[in-house]
Amino acid sequence: MKLSETKVDQIGVQERVARLQSRSIKADSKKEALTLALSMIDLTTLEGRDSPNKVRQLCYKATHLHESFPGLPHVAAICVYAPMIRTAKEALQGSTVKVAAVATAFPSGMTSLETKLDEVKQAAQDGADEIDMVISRGRFLSGDFDYVAEEINRVKEACGSAHLKVILETGELVTLDNVRTASDIAMAAGADFIKTSTGKIQPAATPEVTLVMMQAIKDFYHKNGRKVGLKPAGGISKSKQAIQYLVMLRETLGQDWLNPDLFRFGASSLANDILMQVVKQNTGIYQSASYFSLD
Amino acid sequence: MNDRIGVRKTHKMFINGKFARSESERTFGWTTSDTKDSTNICRASRKDFRDSVLAAKNAFSGWSSRTAYNRAQIIYRCAEILEGRSAQLVEELCAQGLNPEDAQLEVRQTIDLLVYYAGWADKYQQLFSSVNPVSAPYFNFTALEATGVVAIIAPRESGLLGIVSAIAPTLVGGNTCVTLISEENPLCTSSLSETLHTSDVPAGVVNLLTGFRSELIEQFSTHMEVNALIYFGEDKDEITRIETNAAENVKRVSICARRDWEYESSLSPYAILRTQETKTTWHPIGF
Repeated sequence: MKLSETKVDQIGVQERVARLQSRSIKADSKKEALTLALSMIDLTTLEGRDSPNKVRQLCYKATHLHESFPGLPHVAAICVYAPMIRTAKEALQGSTVKVAAVATAFPSGMTSLETKLDEVKQAAQDGADEIDMVISRGRFLSGDFDYVAEEINRVKEACGSAHLKVILETGELVTLDNVRTASDIAMAAGADFIKTSTGKIQPAATPEVTLVMMQAIKDFYHKNGRKVGLKPAGGISKSKQAIQYLVMLRETLGQDWLNPDLFRFGASSLANDILMQVVKQNTGIYQSASYFSLD
Repeated sequence: MNDRIGVRKTHKMFINGKFARSESERTFGWTTSDTKDSTNICRASRKDFRDSVLAAKNAFSGWSSRTAYNRAQIIYRCAEILEGRSAQLVEELCAQGLNPEDAQLEVRQTIDLLVYYAGWADKYQQLFSSVNPVSAPYFNFTALEATGVVAIIAPRESGLLGIVSAIAPTLVGGNTCVTLISEENPLCTSSLSETLHTSDVPAGVVNLLTGFRSELIEQFSTHMEVNALIYFGEDKDEITRIETNAAENVKRVSICARRDWEYESSLSPYAILRTQETKTTWHPIGF
């Protein structure tokens, strides 16, 4: 694997992020942005205490966001641990909400490649539409890029028809240069999506790393003609943040990426905040979380 | 040094424990009655109100779960600090049109009112809770709990006593509040904020906004996060509007008049009851 030549200008990234975040999105544009953001959510539950009923509850929420408010979209997918795939598939029968499963010894990725491949195959067999894998950050940071690329490649094969999202876990990659390199490796190795974080490490998604990844996707598209998707995950819980991400997306990757097939938010509490905003926009009344579903 | 230019205070609001200008950067002009100086007062926007409600909401669980004894200490501490600031408050009340004797009286009454309500903090529960006779094998008892976030529209006529007599009973009962101080008498807002700030009242427990009642009354009465609304005034249209809006999430509404903030007529533990919920528990005791 050839080392990425692109170096990231950190100050430039920070300034561009700051400039894009100062955009003010109001009125009708805000309503549209909120609805779009809602349709891009991967409603997520990734906890050791997840139970089938919790997953069923989440699936119900995915398809019935706010009953008293007709015309809302449903979320893009629900994101669960592999043992919950069958439960989720059953619960989502008849809807177009996809089931994404995390695999490859999520969140650390610390196991052998064979075990990871078995896990991915099982997940695909259980019916996962999308598989979220983690890269081996230890290998990456010690410079073993070939291993990282090979691993992504093999996992992609094991996925079969399922979409592969590659989690870079940017919170552990230390520099923006590394984020850029990891993005390039993942895309070259066949990722359908690149994803910022597991949500288990702080910092999770930040506007800076997301912008660097967007730029990487753009360069990759110009070079290879393939559109890779992006999923910032973790730490995005307010609609205002979500809208800022959409502004960055529109300004960097353009209109084509403004749909759930190429952009997702990995979040658990974002949906409710957006719903509160949608209701506020339509009624003019400030809302309270007490009147929305529990996360 | 006779030509020294005095340093005048910038009047600010008090949001989430911080001295803040309106996020809208709006102000309104105000002229003191005694020296005819003109000054700028912050004109709160609905976003300032929303931020305050969020602060009050976040502060609620901490404040309501403190011991009653601790709440008493903090409110008593407010009285102590106000005592030390009497002169400044008298000056501000005079600037709002009171004569010095009346101003002094109002400051003294305000301090005494705080001491009065501080004393109630660990006593109103005993008075208003009950053990209820029921004809079944249950131990049935009723206890009080704080209502939550309280929006207060303070009286127009009084710049200090009116504000404090609206806030104190609410605080004693473990609620947090967002208070709109009238556009007619806004001068004590900063001194009052400084008092709260130095008395260990946690950030967000009391938020003080200055601005136009007509502009903010809609948000005060509609915000779904507000659990109770205390309105001081007699405007029939405003009252109708508040009560209609409050029905949206069944806010507890109290319409208060002059007797509810004037010193002698207002001192009452029933004022605390305005923002309390009763919880009745049926505890099985066996046959």
